[in-house]
Amino acid sequence: MSDRIKETSTSDPAGTEARSVKKPSRRTLLKGAAAVAGAAAGSDVIRGFPTIWAQEIKDIELRHVGVSYSVVKAIGDQAAKDLGFKVTMQNLDTSAAINRFISQPNTVDIADLEGWQAKLAAKRGVIQGIEVKKIKEFDNILPIFTKGEIDGHKIPRQGISPYEAMYISKPDATDLHDGVTEWATFLPQVYNADSIGYRPDLVGHEVTEWKDLIDPKFKGKAAILDVPAIGIMDAALCFESAGLIKYGNKGNMTKEEIDFTCNKLIELKKQGQFRATWTTFDQSVQLMAAGEVVIQSMWSPAVAAVRVKEIPCVYAPVNVKNGKEGYRGWCNGMGLMKHLSGKKLDAAYEYLNWYLSGWQGGFVARYGYYSPVPSTAKKFLTPAEWAFWYEGQPAPEVVNDPYGVAMEKAGTKRDGGSFLDRVKNISCWNTLMDEAAYMNKRWNDFKVA
Amino acid sequence: MQSSQTPPRANLAGWFYVAPLVLVLVPFFVAPILVVLAASFFATDGFGGLTPGFTLASYVEVLHSALTLKLYLATIKFTVLTWICTLIIGFFVAYFLVFHVRNQLLAIGLFLLCTVPFWTSNIIRMISWIPLLGKEGLINQALLGMGVIRQPLEVLLFSDLAVVIAYVHQLTIFMVVPIFNSMARIDKKLIEAAIDAGASRFDIMRLIVVPMSKSGIALGTIFVVSIVMGDFFVVKVMSGGGSASVVSAFYEDVGVLQYPTAAASAVLLTLVLVAIVSLILRTVDIRQEITR
Repeated sequence: MSDRIKETSTSDPAGTEARSVKKPSRRTLLKGAAAVAGAAAGSDVIRGFPTIWAQEIKDIELRHVGVSYSVVKAIGDQAAKDLGFKVTMQNLDTSAAINRFISQPNTVDIADLEGWQAKLAAKRGVIQGIEVKKIKEFDNILPIFTKGEIDGHKIPRQGISPYEAMYISKPDATDLHDGVTEWATFLPQVYNADSIGYRPDLVGHEVTEWKDLIDPKFKGKAAILDVPAIGIMDAALCFESAGLIKYGNKGNMTKEEIDFTCNKLIELKKQGQFRATWTTFDQSVQLMAAGEVVIQSMWSPAVAAVRVKEIPCVYAPVNVKNGKEGYRGWCNGMGLMKHLSGKKLDAAYEYLNWYLSGWQGGFVARYGYYSPVPSTAKKFLTPAEWAFWYEGQPAPEVVNDPYGVAMEKAGTKRDGGSFLDRVKNISCWNTLMDEAAYMNKRWNDFKVA
Repeated sequence: MQSSQTPPRANLAGWFYVAPLVLVLVPFFVAPILVVLAASFFATDGFGGLTPGFTLASYVEVLHSALTLKLYLATIKFTVLTWICTLIIGFFVAYFLVFHVRNQLLAIGLFLLCTVPFWTSNIIRMISWIPLLGKEGLINQALLGMGVIRQPLEVLLFSDLAVVIAYVHQLTIFMVVPIFNSMARIDKKLIEAAIDAGASRFDIMRLIVVPMSKSGIALGTIFVVSIVMGDFFVVKVMSGGGSASVVSAFYEDVGVLQYPTAAASAVLLTLVLVAIVSLILRTVDIRQEITR
């Protein structure tokens, strides 16, 4: 539920496009022959994919609609090249997207859905179940999504975890099914764990707890995310961390818990704790880079974007401790709209399969997001990139962003450690609460206070 | 104007004249507003599903909420502040152009100059205030450099002040244009006569210029008031999310699929605006003033 704006490390879509065009030559120069060989081998694998006849598919157009950090033009272009049919990526913010899926389902082919949106879309009957058997890599999708666990660690279900929203009992079911079935509501494609970003030079100590965000020391220098559904969860993480309250389920609060949280926020606002609130990726980067705030709830690529400006900024590792803290996880997946049938549906399945075949996983890894099928993404990453982004090791060489611009120096370590360190420390997931209407009203009380 | 004896042919011609406007207004204004009106009476399952029916629940909720009052107070505060600033600036800019610039060509040239900033998007114009007003912005840097202040002024950005500055910057032209237009039609001889009769500058302003620019002021006011009351983006960005408006609140409602309450709030806002505009029109008979 957010508008993480655009291509993450740059705020200028036109410039980004221009750079992505130049990409192959730069990457060749920068990464050496090994990477090129790997990429070439990979794309051969992909060209083997289409099983429907090239003549028949070339007139097909798939419209993939959703938020800009998940539905990325460069990925759609690559898919179109590999698959031989047209793919159009259309960006909207989260609330506009879900409104469009529900009110004009026929204008969308592939819907970009978060867990809670998948639940809603199923409920409204605008999507059809994805036949799990037709997804080639399904068994290689991390069990975080398919079984709700990883390495024996149960994935928390505060909020709406991807696993919780993943299954329905039959293709046209409108209610979620608890437990594994043959039909999926959506196919996870990109996810991450959100926490706090801060200026180490100005904060003065390492931040590992959410409560630092509401520390009076940072009065007038803190900011919080202003997307009610998830902003309130960031606030809840802060209050729980400060020992003010213990929530039953941060992702589905009772009215009393909502009241407590919003009243506390109003109190903090009146004391002048918050310099601002932010709604888009760019705003959070600006706030930090312009010195308006020194600590704020933030997304991983936004922290990287601040660092690219040579301003020190750290993504706080808020590992779970004493039953508190933890990251707020989110996951975007792809849903098949109900109107898809025949060849178009076949093409849509080809597209889903392409998505999990690695190119996209490699692409999003380079700005700090993860693929649900790391085993295929790995083929599209250099060993150095894999070590840095997934294994949390010091970068063996300079790390570039998806468009080939140097982003991290050799020897830098990713904040928050390895992939597993992060995902195992997710304590709640993006959500839409049962009391969403009430929560929204109280959030507006906070805004107008 | 004419009574019932209007010949049918003229009647037909009349319809013909308004046809283009009707063709635009019915599908793009009347129909959507009817949809919103209908939705405001429907019930919802909380997941974006609407149950056709007739319930006043959404209105009861909106009207019973202390939040509604706070939102209106916040919005009206911005509206009044913006209106006062744009009116004062707009009036004097127009006054200068009409009465102080003797050369009409120059006056028109300067008038066009006023519109230059509007060649770029109003979002850009708003956002460009941020590097100017910020903690490390130009103004704070300058004041710090001159030793006037020790701490950067935080009130400049992400505050009510910043919101009003952005509105005034965006909307003053909507005051300048109609006021310029009505002032330009004041007969200069009238002013000369007043001077000859011994009127002071203030009297001329009070007794001639202001009353005769009433229609321009009223039109400008309608523009400014309806734009500010219908906006949420400027408030959101320039207050740094620190304030809300009537529209931003129901935009959030749409985000969580609470269509009926959002629709009820929208209908309420429309009614409030209609009331304000008709109040303005009652005070100033714009139609008569314009055809004067």
